[in-house]
Amino acid sequence: MERSFVHPYMPNSVPEVKQQLLDELGVKSVREIYESIIPKDLLYKGRLDLPEPIHSEYELKKHVTDILNKNISTEEYASFLGAGCYKHQVPAICDEINTRGEFLTAYCGDTYSDHGKMQAIFEYASMMGELLDADVVSYTTYDAGQSVCSSFRMAVRIQSAAGKEKSVILVPDTMNPDIFSQADAYCRNVAEIEKVPHVPETGLLDMKELKERLEKGNVAAVFYENPSYLGFFEEQAEEIARLAHQYDAVCIAQPQVSSLGIAESPMNLGADIVCGDIQPLGMHLQYGGGQAGFIASRQKLEYMEQFPTYMYGIARTDKEGAYGYGRAMNYRCSHGSREKANEYFGTETGLWGITAGVYLASMGPQGMYELGETILLNLNYLTLRLNELKGVKANPFGRSNFQEVLVDFNDSGKTAGEINRALLEHRIFGGKDLSREFPGLGQCALYCVSELTTQGEMDALVDALGQILR
Amino acid sequence: MGYYKKNRDFHEARWDEPFIMEMGNPGERGVLVPQASEKVRERSGEASKLIPAGLLRKKAPALPELSQMQVLRHYMRLSQETIGTDINIDIGLGTCTMKYSPKIHEQLVRAEKFQELHPCQDESTVQGILEVMYKDAQYLKAISGMDQVSLQPAGGSQAIFANVQTIRAYFEEKGEADKRDEIITTILSHPANPGTAATLGYKVITLYPDENGLPDLAALKAAVSERTAALMITNPEDTGIYNDRIRQFVDIVHEAGGLCVYDQANLNGVFGLTRARDAGFDMCHYNLHKSFSSPHGCQGPGAGAQCVSRELAQYVAAPTVEFDGTKYYLDYQRPDSIGKLRAFYGVPSVLIRAYAYIRSLGPDGMKSIAELSILNNNYLIKKLLKIKGLSMPFAEGRFRMEQARLSWQELTEETGVTTDDICRRIVDYGFQDYFTSHHPRVLPEPFTPEPVETYSKDDMDEYAAAFAAIAEEAYTQPELVKGAPYKAALGARIEEECLTDWSKFATTWRAYQALGK
Repeated sequence: MERSFVHPYMPNSVPEVKQQLLDELGVKSVREIYESIIPKDLLYKGRLDLPEPIHSEYELKKHVTDILNKNISTEEYASFLGAGCYKHQVPAICDEINTRGEFLTAYCGDTYSDHGKMQAIFEYASMMGELLDADVVSYTTYDAGQSVCSSFRMAVRIQSAAGKEKSVILVPDTMNPDIFSQADAYCRNVAEIEKVPHVPETGLLDMKELKERLEKGNVAAVFYENPSYLGFFEEQAEEIARLAHQYDAVCIAQPQVSSLGIAESPMNLGADIVCGDIQPLGMHLQYGGGQAGFIASRQKLEYMEQFPTYMYGIARTDKEGAYGYGRAMNYRCSHGSREKANEYFGTETGLWGITAGVYLASMGPQGMYELGETILLNLNYLTLRLNELKGVKANPFGRSNFQEVLVDFNDSGKTAGEINRALLEHRIFGGKDLSREFPGLGQCALYCVSELTTQGEMDALVDALGQILR
Repeated sequence: MGYYKKNRDFHEARWDEPFIMEMGNPGERGVLVPQASEKVRERSGEASKLIPAGLLRKKAPALPELSQMQVLRHYMRLSQETIGTDINIDIGLGTCTMKYSPKIHEQLVRAEKFQELHPCQDESTVQGILEVMYKDAQYLKAISGMDQVSLQPAGGSQAIFANVQTIRAYFEEKGEADKRDEIITTILSHPANPGTAATLGYKVITLYPDENGLPDLAALKAAVSERTAALMITNPEDTGIYNDRIRQFVDIVHEAGGLCVYDQANLNGVFGLTRARDAGFDMCHYNLHKSFSSPHGCQGPGAGAQCVSRELAQYVAAPTVEFDGTKYYLDYQRPDSIGKLRAFYGVPSVLIRAYAYIRSLGPDGMKSIAELSILNNNYLIKKLLKIKGLSMPFAEGRFRMEQARLSWQELTEETGVTTDDICRRIVDYGFQDYFTSHHPRVLPEPFTPEPVETYSKDDMDEYAAAFAAIAEEAYTQPELVKGAPYKAALGARIEEECLTDWSKFATTWRAYQALGK
C-alpha cells in the first residue's frame, strides 16, 4: 500500500493523523515500535502471499458474487435434502431482527448496557422451555452435536456426583452418524458410547437388547432421537425412559423442534435431558452454518449444576415489575474456572438463539401445530407417491415418519448416487445418499420435505424418478 | 477537525418492555404457515392420525400469541436496548477485537446463492462456496506459515479443542499417549486452553507471570518432563506485552518431546509482522470472527481455523476443502483425522466474510491492520495513563502490542471505587461496558482496552476523556460512580442473589413463575 493510501476501514491511515499519533509517542514509525518489542529473528521479512486488494465495494461485491453465482441453490432446484439441516419458511421479521446492527454487532456486554440482548436471550430460553416443556434451557451451543456431546458428559457427571461410577452411554445404531462420531471423540476419556441395534423389521430400538445392556449396571445414560435420523418416530420413547430409570440411568432425548407443535415433547415421556438443534426455527440453510444447539432439563439442582454452557438467569430489581438478566453460575464454565470447569466453553451461537425467539413468538402454538401438520401430510403424500414406482420402496420399515423418510432403491438396479446425479438433470436435489453412512442398508436415500415442499415438486420428483428408473 | 464530544449527553433507549410471555391475546397470529394442497390432504387424511398415538402432543405449548407488528416492535425495542459495535466506540471489550464489520459483507452473505445452499448438495452445485473456503485456507497458510488448515471449528474455543484432539492423536500414533498426560499453559492465556485440555482429560499446569509480566521461564523449565504433551500459549497475552522469549519457550518444550500450540485468537497486532510457524510452533488457531471481522452476533456464530505443520497435517478435523486442478471438493479421505467437530463444514457465512475481508485489504492492507492497531493502542495507553489512579502493571516504559491490561488499583485504594463500578459508569457516557479480565483476576481492578485499527484518533480521545471524567468523579463524588449506571437500558439495580443462589435461580419464565409459588 502506498504511504498515502487511505483505507475506509482505517481512519488513522490518513498520513497527517498517523503522524500526530507517532509524534505523541515520540517515534518516527510504527516499525520503530514493533522492532523494539519483537525479536528480529521473529519478524517476518517477506510480504504476505495474498492476492492484491480489490479496493472498491462495487468491485469486491462483483468479485465475490461472481464466485457465489457458481452455486445452484435450493431456490433454483427442488430440494429433498435434510439430514440435520432443514429448509423452512423464515419469517421476514427473523431476518429483520437478526440483521439489526445492535444485535448483529453486540458481544459480551452485560446486564445494564445490553439489557435488550439479555432479555431476548432469556425470552428465547423461556419459549424453548414452553416448546419442550422444560424448566431449564441453556444458552445456545455450537450445534445439536455439541448439545448431544455435552448431554452425555452431563449424565456421567450426574452419576459421578451421586457416587456412581457409570460410564456407558447407550445409543441407537440408527442415530446420526456425524453426531455419533463427534460424541465418541468428545467423550472418549470419560465414557464409552455403545450402539444398541435396531429391530431389523421395524427400525425401532431393540428393547430386549437395551434391557440386557442396562442389566450390566454400568450404564450412565440412554439416548434416543425422535424422530430418528432415518425419519421414523421412536414409538417406544416412554418405555425407553422407564427402562433407563429402572436401572438408574439418565434418559436423554433429541427431538426435532419443528415437530413439537403436534408431537409430544420427550420431557413428557420421561426424558431427563432434552437436546437438539434450533436451525429449523428461523435460520436459513447457509450451507450448514445456521445450526445451533440447546440443552434442557427439569429444575433439579443435580442437573443444573452440570450444564457446561452459559445460563442466563432472571433477577428481580429494586423497581417493582422490572427484571434484569445475567449470565450466572459461571464457575461451571471454563470462562469461570478454567480447567476446573465442567467442560470447555466459548463463543457459540447467540444470534441464532435470538432469531429462534423471534420465530417462536411469531409462530405461536397455532403456527407450530400447522407446521407439524403440513410436514406430516406432505411426507405421507410423498411416501405414497414414491411407492407407486417400480423398484422403489419408501418407508421400508413401515413406520410413522416425520419430515424424512427412508427410500430404498436396492431393487431399482441403480445406486442412490446415480439416481441423485440423474435427478440434477431434472433440477432436483434428491434425498441424501446413505450408502456410505449406512452400508448395511445398501442403496438407500433419506428424503426430506417441509411445509415449503409443494405437491408440484413432489409430483415432479416422482415423474423424474419414473423416467430415470424406467 | 479533531473534534470529539466530551460529556456526551447520552441516554440509552429504555423501553421498560414487558416480558414476551405476558404480551398478546389468545388467537393472535404472527405469521401464517404454508398448508398442504387439497390433493395432498385428500390422500394423507388427518395429520394427527399420522403420529403414533402415544406421541401426539397432549397440551399445546404455551407460546406467546402475538400479531406480527407487535412481535417486530418488541424485538426492535430490545435491539435498541443493546449496544453493538455499530453504535458505539467499542474499545472497551479488549481481547474481543471489536472492529468494524464491513456492511458490504452482510450483503454478500445474504445472497440467495449462499443462504439457500444445502450442505448435502452435490459438489458440482456448490463450487462457488467451496472455492471461497479453499482460498480462505490458502490465505491462512500464508498468514500463519502453516501447511494444513481445517475450517471445521465453529468458534475459537472449538479450534483450540481441535488442537488438543490433534495432540492426543499425535501421541496415540507414537504410542506415548498414556505417558504424555500434561498440558502446560499460562494464567493469562485464554481459559479455553486449560478448559479444552481438561475436557480431554489432560492434567493442566499453569505458569504465572514473572516480575516482567511474561510467563515465568524458570517455571516452564521446571514444569516440562517426559509427561509433557504440549504447551498452549497466547502471545501477546492479555497484557499486550509481546513475549520476546517465545522461541525459548518453544525450544524447551520441543526438547522435552512436547508439541507447541499458539493461541492466535486475536491476530490483530501480528498480521504480517510475525508468523506462528516461524516461531517454531506446530499448531495455531484463529478466531475468524475477530481479526477477520465478522460481526460478533451477541456471542456467535463465529468461526475458527485450525492451522498445523506438515507433520500434523494428517490429523486435522475433516473434511478439508481441496482442489484437484479443475474442481473443488470436500476431502473425507483422511483416515488419521480427528474427525468432525461440527455439523457439516464449520460456519460458512463467517468464511465468506473472511474471504471478502482479505481480498479487500491485500497483503499490505493486512499488515496495516497490525501497524495501526499497535499504534492506536500505544497512543490510547499514553492518554489513559495520564488519568489519576490508573496504572499499567509490568514492563514499565515498554510498548504494548494491540491491547493492554490496565489497573484501577490505586484509584480503588484511594476512593473505594472499583473497576466494576467504573465498568457500569462508563455506560452513562455512551459506551458499552468494558472487559475487565478473565477469571481469576491476576491483576487487581483490571481494565483491558483494545483500540483496533478501525477507531479514529477522535474516537480514542473521546474514550479517554470519558475515563478521565469518571476518575474525577471517583475522587470527588465516589457514590455517584458506585450507584451507576443511571442512563443504561435497565434503570433498576438487580438483586444479585437471584443469579448466585441456586434456590432463586431460573433460566426460563416458567421456572421463575414456579419459584414464586
